[in-house]
Amino acid sequence: MSSRVLVGVKRVIDYAVKIRVKPDRSGVVTDGVKHSMNPFCEIAVEEAVKLREKKLIKEVVVVSCGPQQVMETIRTALAMGADRGIHVEVTGKEYETLGPLQVSKIMAALAKKEEAKLVILGKQAIDDDCNQTGQMTAALLDWPQGTFASEVTIDGDKIKIVREIDGGLETIQINMPAVVTADLRLNTPRYATLPNIMKAKKKKIANVKPADLGVDLTSRIETVSVDDPPQRLAGVKVETVDDLVAKLKEAGNI
Amino acid sequence: MTLTLLRQSKRLCPALSKCLQSSVLKRPYAIRSRDLENVVSAFRSVVGDEGVSLGQAVREQHGRDESVHKCQPPDVVVFPRSVEEVSALAKICHHHRLPIIPYGTGTGLEGGVGAVKGGVCFSLRMMDQVLDLHQEDFDVAVEPGVTRKALNSYLRHTGLWFPVDPGADASLCGMAATSASGTNAVRYGTMRENVLNLEVVLADGTIIHTAGKGRCARKTSAGYNLTNLFVGSEGTLGVLTKATLRLYGMPEGVASAVCSFPSVQAAVDTTVQVLQAGVPIARIEFLDDVMIDACNRFSSLAYPVASTLFLEFHGSSRSLNEQVSITEELAKGSGGSDFSWADDEAKRAHLWKARHDAWYAALALRPGCKAYATDVCVPLSRLPDVVVETKEDLIRNGLTGPIAGHVGDGNFHCLMVLDPNDPDEVLRVHQFTERLARRALAVDGTCTGEHGIGLGKRALLREEVGTLALEVMQGLKATLDPKNLMNPGKVL
Repeated sequence: MSSRVLVGVKRVIDYAVKIRVKPDRSGVVTDGVKHSMNPFCEIAVEEAVKLREKKLIKEVVVVSCGPQQVMETIRTALAMGADRGIHVEVTGKEYETLGPLQVSKIMAALAKKEEAKLVILGKQAIDDDCNQTGQMTAALLDWPQGTFASEVTIDGDKIKIVREIDGGLETIQINMPAVVTADLRLNTPRYATLPNIMKAKKKKIANVKPADLGVDLTSRIETVSVDDPPQRLAGVKVETVDDLVAKLKEAGNI
Repeated sequence: MTLTLLRQSKRLCPALSKCLQSSVLKRPYAIRSRDLENVVSAFRSVVGDEGVSLGQAVREQHGRDESVHKCQPPDVVVFPRSVEEVSALAKICHHHRLPIIPYGTGTGLEGGVGAVKGGVCFSLRMMDQVLDLHQEDFDVAVEPGVTRKALNSYLRHTGLWFPVDPGADASLCGMAATSASGTNAVRYGTMRENVLNLEVVLADGTIIHTAGKGRCARKTSAGYNLTNLFVGSEGTLGVLTKATLRLYGMPEGVASAVCSFPSVQAAVDTTVQVLQAGVPIARIEFLDDVMIDACNRFSSLAYPVASTLFLEFHGSSRSLNEQVSITEELAKGSGGSDFSWADDEAKRAHLWKARHDAWYAALALRPGCKAYATDVCVPLSRLPDVVVETKEDLIRNGLTGPIAGHVGDGNFHCLMVLDPNDPDEVLRVHQFTERLARRALAVDGTCTGEHGIGLGKRALLREEVGTLALEVMQGLKATLDPKNLMNPGKVL
C-alpha cells in the first residue's frame, strides 16, 4: 500500500459574506457571491501537508466535487502544498442536490482507487453543517474513524487521535487505513504565498466523472423551502414590576 | 450658563475640555427644529427611514473616537449605501449649510469625528464592498466600510495583502483620510505611498476621481497629485467613498527577533546601521526601559529592563537567515545583548509579547487611569537626543509616559497614563505634549507622524509648516469647501 493521503475540500460561500435567501425560497443566493474553501477543509489540507513535511506520508492528493469553479479551490490546496488534484465533475441539478452520501461514495471509491492510507476531511461544511461525510466514508470503506481531531499523531501503522468532545478531550488509537475529520484546533492553515500559487499552476489536476467511479448521484433528499431566521422584534420597556408581570401574563409566559 | 463657562475655560485651557468625558454634553441641536424636520425628511427620501438616525445613543456613538477628546455628537447620523446617495445627501447639507462629518470606524486618535458645530455625520459602514481586485496588477478598490482586516481576509487565498497596519482594525478610507501608518511602514510605506486613486464626494455633492475614473496605473505624471491632496485631509476636503490601494505579495516566511541595549543611543545606532546595510527590515520597534518594566510586570515576563528593539523580517528562508545574521552582528557591535530570534509562529508571538501588550501594560501601571499617545516623528540622527530629553522631562514633571516607537521611521509614542479627573495632572500632561511637539519641530521633525492633526494640534500645524504654507492650505480649503461644511474645526 502506497503512502498516500486523500484530502477532500469543498467550495462554499465565503464565511465573511452576508447570506441572502432567494426570493423563491428554494435556497440561498450564490450567483456573484464570493466563494472560498471551507475553513475546516483548509485545516485538513494543512494537516496532510504537515504529515508529508514530517515525511510520514509521501503524497497529498486533494479532491473536490462540483462544476468548473471548484478547480479554484483545488488550486488553493495545491498552493498550500498538496501534490496533485482530482476534479470530480458534477454540474447542474446533480450539483444542487449533491450531499454527504454521494460525496462519501465518491471519496470511498477514490480512496480505493488511489490506494490511500488515510483520508482527511473537514469535520463539517459551513454551508450545510452536516458533519456526515467523514463518518459515511469510513462506514462505506469499513475503516476506523477519528472525528473532531484536534491532534493527530502517526505511529507506524496506528494513529493516535485526540478528539474534541462535549466533555473535554478523548484520546483514541485506531489502525490505518483510516478516516480523520479535522476540528478547529488541529492546526492553523498556512496562507498560500504568490510563489507557491505560481508553482501550483503547474501541478496536475485530473478530471473524473462520478459514473467512472460507479457512483450514482441520485439524491434521496428534497429541499422543501429555505427561510430567513425569524426577525427579532424590538423589546418593550415597562415602568413597574406590576406592568412586567401583567405583560408576561398577557403573552402567556406565566 | 454652564455652556458659556465651559466655552471660556476651553479657550483658557484646551486640555481641560479634552478630559471631561464623564458626562456627555447634552447640547441642544445645532440646527433649529423646524429646519431639522425638513432636512431629515429630505435625507429619508434618499436613504430611506432606516438610513437616518436621530437616536441619542447612535449620535453619541458617532461623536467619539478612541482619543481622549470628549464626545461631541452630531445632530443626525445618515447611512448612505452608495456614492450616489452620499452625493445626494451632501447636496442637501450644502443647500442647508449643514456640517458634514465622515465616519468610518471611529478608531481615530485625534478627535477627528467630533461634531464641534453639530451637523450631519455620514456613517459609511453600509458601503462595505471590495471591488475591482486586479491580482496581476497588485491593486484593489475598496469602499469605506471595508476595514484592513476584512480586506486581508478577502485576499487571503490570493497570496496578496495590504500591509499598512496601524494597530486598530480601521476603515481603509479612514486610514487614507488620516494618512495612517503603522509598524511596517519602514518596509511597505504609509498610506501616502499606497493609495493610487480616490473617489471623493465634495461638499457640494460633486463626485470626482482624483486620478481619473477606474484608473490604476502604478505610477503617473498626469497633472496635480490630487490623490495625495486628499490623503491626510481628515475629512476636511471631501468624503472618500472609494480607495484604490496598492497590494503586495505576502511574505514567504517571517522571522522575529528581540535585543536589549545599554542605551537609547545604542538602539538607534543599530537601527541606522541595519537600514544602511540594506536589510529590508519589515518592523523595527523600540520600547524604553520604563515600558519594558511595565510589560514584565503585566505579563510576568523577564526581559532585561533596558532599551529594547523588537525586529521582524520578511522573506524566503534563505533571505531570513541572511537578514537575521547581519542584524545580529550589527546589534552586538553596538553593545546589544540577549539577541534571540525565531521563525516559528508560536515562538515569534512569545518573543514579541511585550510589544503586543504595551498599551495594556502601560494602562496597568496606574489602574483607573486613561492613556493618551503622543506622536512625534524626527530625523533618525536626532532621535536619541529627543528621546533622552523627553525622558528627563517626564521624570522632572512626575509624569507616567512609557515609550514605544517605530524607530525605523524616527517615530515614537509616549503612552501618557493620566487621571482625567485630576485637572493639575491633565494640565501638566498637556504642557508636556506641547513641549515634546516643539522639541520635535526644533530638530526639523513633525508634531504628528501618523495620528493626524484632528482637534488638538492645529496650533502646532501652523508652527510646523509656517504661515505661508498654511495660507496655501487655507486657500485650497476655501476653493474646495467655501462654506466650510466639511468636518469644521479640524486640521486648519
